[in-house]
Amino acid sequence: MTGPLLEARSVGVEFVARSGHVARALDGVNLQVGAGEVVALVGESGSGKTTVARTMLGLERPASGEVTFDGQPLSYTGRRLRELRRRVQMVLQDPAGALNPRQTVYESVAEGMRLHDLVAKDPARRTETEMVAAAMASAGLRPPERLFLRYPHELSGGQRQRVLIAGALALGPELLIADEPVSSLDASIRGEILALLLRLRDELGLGVLVVTHDLGLAWNIADRIAVMYLGRVVEAGPTEEVLKAPQHPYTQALLSVVPEIEQLRPVVLTGEIPDPTRIPGGCRFHPRCPAVADGSAAADGVEGDCRGRPLELLPADPGGHHVACHLAALRSSTGPRTGSIV
Amino acid sequence: MSAVESDGTAGLPVTLSARQLARRRRRESFLRSWRVFRRNRSGMLGLTILTVFVVIAVAAPLLASSQGLEVTQATGGVLEPPSSQYWLGTDDQGRSVLTLLIWGARISLFVGLAATVISMVIGTLIGLVSGFSGGWAGAMLFRLTEWFLVIPFLPLAIVLATVLGRSLFNIVLVIGVTSWPGTALLIRSQTLSIKERAYIERARVLGAGRWHQMSRHVLPNVMPMVFANTTLTVAIAILTETTLSFLGLGDPTRVSWGSMLDDAFQVGAITTGAWWFIVPPGVCVVLVVLAFTLIGQALEEVLNPRLKGR
Amino acid sequence: MADLLRMRDVSLTYRAEGGDVPAVRNVDLDLDRGEIVGIAGESGCGKSTLASTILRLQPPSARVTGEVLFEGADVLTMSWGDLRALRWAGASMVFQGALHSLNPVRRVGDQIAEPIHLHDPETSDKKAHVRVGELLEQVGLPAGRARAYPHQLSGGQKQRIMIAMALACRPRLIVADEPTTALDVMVQAQVLHVLSGLVHELGVGMLMISHDLSVLADLCDRIVVMYGGRVVEQGPSKLVFGEALHPYAAALSAAFPRVGDPGARYAPSGLPGDPPDPAALPPGCSFAPRCPRVVDDCTRAVPELRSFGDDRRAACIRVGQP
Repeated sequence: MTGPLLEARSVGVEFVARSGHVARALDGVNLQVGAGEVVALVGESGSGKTTVARTMLGLERPASGEVTFDGQPLSYTGRRLRELRRRVQMVLQDPAGALNPRQTVYESVAEGMRLHDLVAKDPARRTETEMVAAAMASAGLRPPERLFLRYPHELSGGQRQRVLIAGALALGPELLIADEPVSSLDASIRGEILALLLRLRDELGLGVLVVTHDLGLAWNIADRIAVMYLGRVVEAGPTEEVLKAPQHPYTQALLSVVPEIEQLRPVVLTGEIPDPTRIPGGCRFHPRCPAVADGSAAADGVEGDCRGRPLELLPADPGGHHVACHLAALRSSTGPRTGSIV
Repeated sequence: MSAVESDGTAGLPVTLSARQLARRRRRESFLRSWRVFRRNRSGMLGLTILTVFVVIAVAAPLLASSQGLEVTQATGGVLEPPSSQYWLGTDDQGRSVLTLLIWGARISLFVGLAATVISMVIGTLIGLVSGFSGGWAGAMLFRLTEWFLVIPFLPLAIVLATVLGRSLFNIVLVIGVTSWPGTALLIRSQTLSIKERAYIERARVLGAGRWHQMSRHVLPNVMPMVFANTTLTVAIAILTETTLSFLGLGDPTRVSWGSMLDDAFQVGAITTGAWWFIVPPGVCVVLVVLAFTLIGQALEEVLNPRLKGR
Repeated sequence: MADLLRMRDVSLTYRAEGGDVPAVRNVDLDLDRGEIVGIAGESGCGKSTLASTILRLQPPSARVTGEVLFEGADVLTMSWGDLRALRWAGASMVFQGALHSLNPVRRVGDQIAEPIHLHDPETSDKKAHVRVGELLEQVGLPAGRARAYPHQLSGGQKQRIMIAMALACRPRLIVADEPTTALDVMVQAQVLHVLSGLVHELGVGMLMISHDLSVLADLCDRIVVMYGGRVVEQGPSKLVFGEALHPYAAALSAAFPRVGDPGARYAPSGLPGDPPDPAALPPGCSFAPRCPRVVDDCTRAVPELRSFGDDRRAACIRVGQP
């Protein structure tokens, strides 16, 4: 697909944990989002998915690898970052906290426009009020005027989320990153917000990267899905393929415990995601992997690899279905050792 | 409830721009806060007392001729008790105590307010910047704040009075210099907590620089605390001025409540029983400080609705 | 089948400045030992408020009518002594937001032991210690974790500590209020596994509150769906989830799409508007403003909860109509 592309290339992000050790929140992630597609980045807490989103937006600097937009690596100067923010925007988690309680809805939506002086640059020569109303209308807040002077605490959760989206849309971005867009909202209104994201893709041609822990959400709206574990993408591909025929044992386990999923026997993993300061050697999932635990890896002779040999990074290929798993690589009849299944 | 006059067809506001509406909205919210404040009886009492004193201070020339301050023009006897001519008696120089009291209000209030303004401006600025900037700059400012915090105001006042001579300016300076750290620490800790809020990050995502984040997001959310702190600071400033003047470090040419107390003490008004010289200035100081404290408490209730009804 | 919990015509009204706010309206609920019943609903529907009446934890300004019978005795009117005995030893609660319910400066083992000591002051420290070890094992944690402080534990571990605490005095009924809401999907599975294991091992009755209908459908025997303070549907969980009678229950179920269902691809399903504010309930059926199947009659009167066989009930006049 044509249009600008936001890409993470072998991005690694580190921080120093309280213990003094270095924690690798991201350990080599390849990911791309283009206009006109919805990509879901799925993982549990500690997987690094929010860090990916923030790094792709320039809020964090990678310790290794780089983020490129439209082929150009990001420049971290104030001015260049500001230019980037006009084209790539983010909707933060927690709508209640993300709006300044002392600003009216109008001011919150207009803020971005004022920062970038968009009223002066508008080719259609609209007034600020008109532009704010247009952004709010695109986010589904109709009639916009009625909400101009409300404060965040006077709005419902769904309205707050729409105000946040309107604020991001007011800048006219080409890509939108949505961090857990519906997890704090009531169940009956989630559908509306998700439908809005799909509409933005269809009507405005936006590319959307949705960061979430909810596989059902990915099934609902994503074209492609990337599953993360402990700082790396372990499986990626078209949503239908990955969620109907998952190849990685972690993806399989995640799917199996989604409530009310009928065809899979629940595989409840023991323990929790390890500390990012002590990433296991070999395949980082091997200590919790059901295939190692029940002997199927040993039976196929790859257990040594699982414990000792690290896997290569998955490419950001938008078309194929890729898995980072020694066992899956063995079982697929084609493809190189990284286990690409096309 | 729609605050927009719409022309009905396009639905866009025709008569008022959103900015004017926002101003109207702010006025509404101010009136609402005023109504809440009005319900607080002790706050209203404080406000009334303060208003009385402010009126007295401002209208001093109308209430009592400034000539009454001139020692050379004094017509009364020495330490005369209150009479129909001199409602509060006379001081040791024959001047009317009432006149001194009225004109003294000017100095006390002026010094209190001026010192507070200096203290709040410096303290808020340093507290904001120190809380918001991480690393080297923030730490440096913090150390600076702590250093100023431990300067004792009395020795400083004495040193300044010796070096620069005794004046009102010195007093304002001393009070300003020694009270801003308290404000700075308060603002800094508030800033540190607000800095972590999601809306600051949102501003950053929208493309805001640090200055915008600080001035448009942190400062407005810190202001309530600033206001509550201000009233307390004024009270302390007035008390400090009184103390310094009482110790003879104030301007000898100006009359303030503190200098009145000093004079009274020097001439032994206590032993001679000239209560009209000592009690009025003392009572005035207490009343003004009380007024500010009550207002401060009421303000806290207005700005933090959760405290209501305690 | 012992009479564990019988709630009859329970209504709760808050007294607020602007007038009375009906948070719960005429709710009937039954729960027996060994049963797991789920209460589903969104913010403002009254589910947590309803649950708070079981231990008489509703705010003092609230006015409650009806009966909450725990093993035959009315919790709302029992004496203070009986209530203290009931709390924790008869029925206990796992509160929402485990992260904030633990005292950060005390070891978790001491916090679990606290209700044990309160209910039987004669208990020696050693006995309590042994009991704490038992409880930790029951929730799948090593006994040594008793010496940890809350900040040393992960979210899932803290939630299990809360469950262990709820089991401390061997209650017959456990109320779990949104026990897995803030947790990751795998940790959620672990915690639900623990909870269902407990019901089967110990034969307790469990009342589980959640806004996630799919979680309830997996775990519970029966589900009660609440909206605007009233019960709008109840019945066997698979039926309520899969073939809901009430339009709201159907919408709630559709909000959690089944992965693999081709009908849910690119078709997010939600309702317009927002859940009603209990202080400003619409006339008649409180779901009418958002209902896809609304007709004029819906706003005329609050629909009765009618029976539809199979232990199923729904409060909607449109059930069975085209």
